[in-house]
Amino acid sequence: MSDKDSSVVLPANEVVSNSIVARFDGEVNSDTREGYEGYIVNANMLPEVASVLKDELGYDYLSSVTGVDYIDEDHIEVVYHADQTTGGKGINIKVQLDRENPVVPTLVPIYPGADFQEREVFDMYGVHFDGHPNLRRILMWDGFHGYPLRKDWQEAYYEEDVKPFDSRWPGGDFKRSEADNPYGKNVNYPPGFDINNWAPETDDSLYESLQKTTSNGKSLHTDSIVVNIGPQHPSTHGVFRMVVALDGETITDLQPVMGYLHRNHEKIGERNTFLQNMPYTDRLDYLCSMSNNFGYALAVEKLMGVDVPERAQYIRVLMAELTRISNHMWAIGFLLNDLGAFQTPALYAIRARELILDVFEATAGSRMMCNYMRFGGLARDFPDKLRGEDTVQFITDLVENRLPKAIDELDHFLTENEIVRSRCIGVGVLPPEKAIAYSAGGPLLRASGVSYDLRTADSYGIYDRFDFDVCTRSNGDVYDRYLIRVDEMRESTRICQQVMRDIPGEGEIFSGKPQYNVRVPAGESYGRVENPKGELGYYVVSTGKTNPYRYHVRAPSFVNLTVLGELCKGHKVADAVVILGSIDIVLGEVDR
Amino acid sequence: MNNELSNPDIPVPSELQSAVTITSLDKIYNWGRRSSIWPMVFGLACCAIEMICTAASRFDIARFGMEVFRATPRQADLMIVSGTVTKKMVPQIVRLFNQMPEPKYVMAMGACASGGGPFKEGYNVVSGIDKFVPVDVYVPGCPPTPQALLHGLIKLQEKIDGQSLKSVRWYGQETSEAVPVPVLGPDLFDPRQHALLAQQAGQVKENSESVEE
Ligand code: SF4
Repeated sequence: MSDKDSSVVLPANEVVSNSIVARFDGEVNSDTREGYEGYIVNANMLPEVASVLKDELGYDYLSSVTGVDYIDEDHIEVVYHADQTTGGKGINIKVQLDRENPVVPTLVPIYPGADFQEREVFDMYGVHFDGHPNLRRILMWDGFHGYPLRKDWQEAYYEEDVKPFDSRWPGGDFKRSEADNPYGKNVNYPPGFDINNWAPETDDSLYESLQKTTSNGKSLHTDSIVVNIGPQHPSTHGVFRMVVALDGETITDLQPVMGYLHRNHEKIGERNTFLQNMPYTDRLDYLCSMSNNFGYALAVEKLMGVDVPERAQYIRVLMAELTRISNHMWAIGFLLNDLGAFQTPALYAIRARELILDVFEATAGSRMMCNYMRFGGLARDFPDKLRGEDTVQFITDLVENRLPKAIDELDHFLTENEIVRSRCIGVGVLPPEKAIAYSAGGPLLRASGVSYDLRTADSYGIYDRFDFDVCTRSNGDVYDRYLIRVDEMRESTRICQQVMRDIPGEGEIFSGKPQYNVRVPAGESYGRVENPKGELGYYVVSTGKTNPYRYHVRAPSFVNLTVLGELCKGHKVADAVVILGSIDIVLGEVDR
Repeated sequence: MNNELSNPDIPVPSELQSAVTITSLDKIYNWGRRSSIWPMVFGLACCAIEMICTAASRFDIARFGMEVFRATPRQADLMIVSGTVTKKMVPQIVRLFNQMPEPKYVMAMGACASGGGPFKEGYNVVSGIDKFVPVDVYVPGCPPTPQALLHGLIKLQEKIDGQSLKSVRWYGQETSEAVPVPVLGPDLFDPRQHALLAQQAGQVKENSESVEE
C-alpha cells in the first residue's frame, strides 16, 4: 500500500521542492538530516514561503505548529505542517532559531489557525512570534517562571532526564517525591524570588484587550460588561474559561482561557520511554482512548518500520470507529444539555455508549483508558465471551442492530425537534473558507462543506479497503454540526459491519516479540489519524534511543477552539454555550 | 417506618409499629443527611466522565439519594474532586471549597486527586488535593469505575453514620476557618508557607553572598 502511495505523491513533492527551493535560492533548503524530510527555511523568509505554499501550491490548511529544542546544536526549531484540503501527503517546513533570542515572523495573517499554536510555542519555548496579535502565555499563567519544554528547564520533581529512573529501577522501589522538596509540594521558585516584594498577576490586561462595543448604531444605551464563564461552570465541558465582553446580551468579543487542565503530557512524554507514553495518550481525549492509541502507534511505527498483522489492522479500525460512535453520542447528548434539555438526551446517549464500553472493557481491560495498541499490533485479542455471549456474535449484533437503532432513536427524537431547530439553525455559522483558514478540523470542518477527512485524504491503516462516504453538510451552523455527527455515526456503523464481515477469524495480532523497551531509529515522524474531533497528530523525534526526544500532540480540540471567538461574536451569550458544545471539545486534549 | 432507624432497646407496641419509630436525635440527623448527599457539579478531568456515567441510568446514583447535582457550591454537601488538580486550577477549587456551607465533605476521586496520579511529576500538577483541603474519602483507580465510586460514596455514608451532634465541628465553639486560597506567582504559592518561603529565599541569598565572598 505504501508503495502505491509514494508513487502517486512523489511528483507532487518534486513540484513543491522545485518551486520553493529553486525560487528562494539559498533561503530554502531540503532537510537532509538522516530520517528527516521537509524544508528548512530562513526565518525572515518564512511569510513569503508560506504565501507561496498557500496561494500557489495549494497547501491551504496549516495543521500543526510546534517547536523542538535541539540543545546540542544550540538552536530551537519551529516546525510547521501544512496540508492540501484536496488530499494527499502533507508538507513540513522548519525554521531554526537562536536559543538565546528566538524570533520568527508570525504566520497568523496567512494562516489564522496558527494563532493558539504559536502562543503555545511561545509559552513552552519562549519563541517570540513577531507581529502576533496577542502573544501571551496560553497553557501556563503569565508570570510563570521559565519555558518548560526547553531541554535545560527542570521541574520541581526532576530526577533524571529520562526514565527509567535509577532510584526506582531495577528494584522497583518507590519513593515520595515530596520528601525531597523543601516545601513538601510540587513547587520550586527561581533563585532570588522574594515573597515580600512581589505582587501576583492580575487579569486586567486580558480584560482590557477585549473589544467592548458593537459598531452597529442603536438607539438604546446598554452597558458593556465583561463576564467570566468558567473555569467552574456546568456548560464548559470541563475546566475551560471564556471571558466574554457583552453589550447588553450580545457578545462583542470572546477570549478562551485554557490551561486549567494542563498536565504536561509533553514534558512527561519526553522523559518516558516510547512505550510508556501509550497509556498517557489514553488521557488526552479521554473519550477516545482507542483512536488516540492508534495515532501514536502509527507515528512510532513509521519510524520503526514495522508491519501490523492483518487481524490487528481490522481490530484497530473497528475500535477506532466504535470510538467515533461513542464520542459522537456523548457530544450530541451534551450538546442537548447545553441547549437546556437537561440530562434526558444525555442519558439516552450514555446508554448507547455503555454498550461500546462493554466491548472495550472486555477486550482492553478498561472502560475508558484502554491502552490497547502497541507498536506493531495490539496488546491482546478479543476475549471468547463478552457479557456471556460469543464475542464476535455480540459485536456483530451491536454494529448491525443495536447501535443503528440507538442512532435512529436519537435522530428520531432530536432532528425535527422544534426547539433544537430554532436554537441551532443559523447559529454560529462557519463559512468554508474561514474553516480552512482557521485550521478547523473534523466535523467542524465538514459541516461547513469541506470534504476533508484523513481516512481518505491521507489514508492510514486499512481504511482504503472499506466502502464509506465522507459526510459533508453545507451550512456550517450548529444544526449542521449536529447532523454531521449523526451522519458520521451511520458511516461508522457501516465500516464496522464491513470489518466484522471481512476480519480474518484467526491470526496474529502482534508482529515481533513484545518488548518493554523499544529502540527507535533516529528521525522525525508525524503520525496522524482522523479522530472523532478532527486531526490528531503526533510529532515524534527520536535520536535513536529508547525515549522520544520530542513528543508533541497536535490536538484537534485545541486547534478547533481558535475559531471560537469569531463564531460567537454577535450572538447572544446563551448561544456561546451552544456553539462551544457544537465544537465538541475535551479539556484533556485542549490543555494536554 | 424505617427499621434501620429504630432503637431495638425500646419496644414499640406492635399496632403502632407502622407509624412510630423511637430513635435518637443523632440517628435521625445522620439518616437524613446520608440519604440526600448533594454533590457539586464539578468535573476536572477524565474521572469526571466516570462520575457522569455513575449518575446515568446504568449505575444510577439516585439509588443513594445523591442524584441532585448542584451547580453552585452553596447548595452542595459533597465536592467530588474528579480529576487532576493543576496549579492553575487549585485556587478556584479552594475557593469553591470555602464557599460550601457546613456540613461539607470532600472526596478525592481517582489517582490524580488522591496523590497526583500518572501526572504527578508534571510541573503544573498538584500532588493531590489533600495538600490544600481536607479529604474524607479517597477512591483509588484511574479512573475509578462507577462501582468504585459508589463504593466510595457508601463509605462516606458510613462516615456520616458515625458522626454525632455532640462533636461535629460545625456545631462546635470555634468558627471554622476558610482555607487560604493559593496564589499563582512564578510557581504556585501557598499562603500558609509564607514564612518558609521567605526563609528559603533568605538562605538562597546568603548562599550566593557567601559564594561571592
Ligand atoms: S486518575 Fe486517571 S482517569 Fe482520573 S483524572 Fe487522573 S489520569 Fe484521569
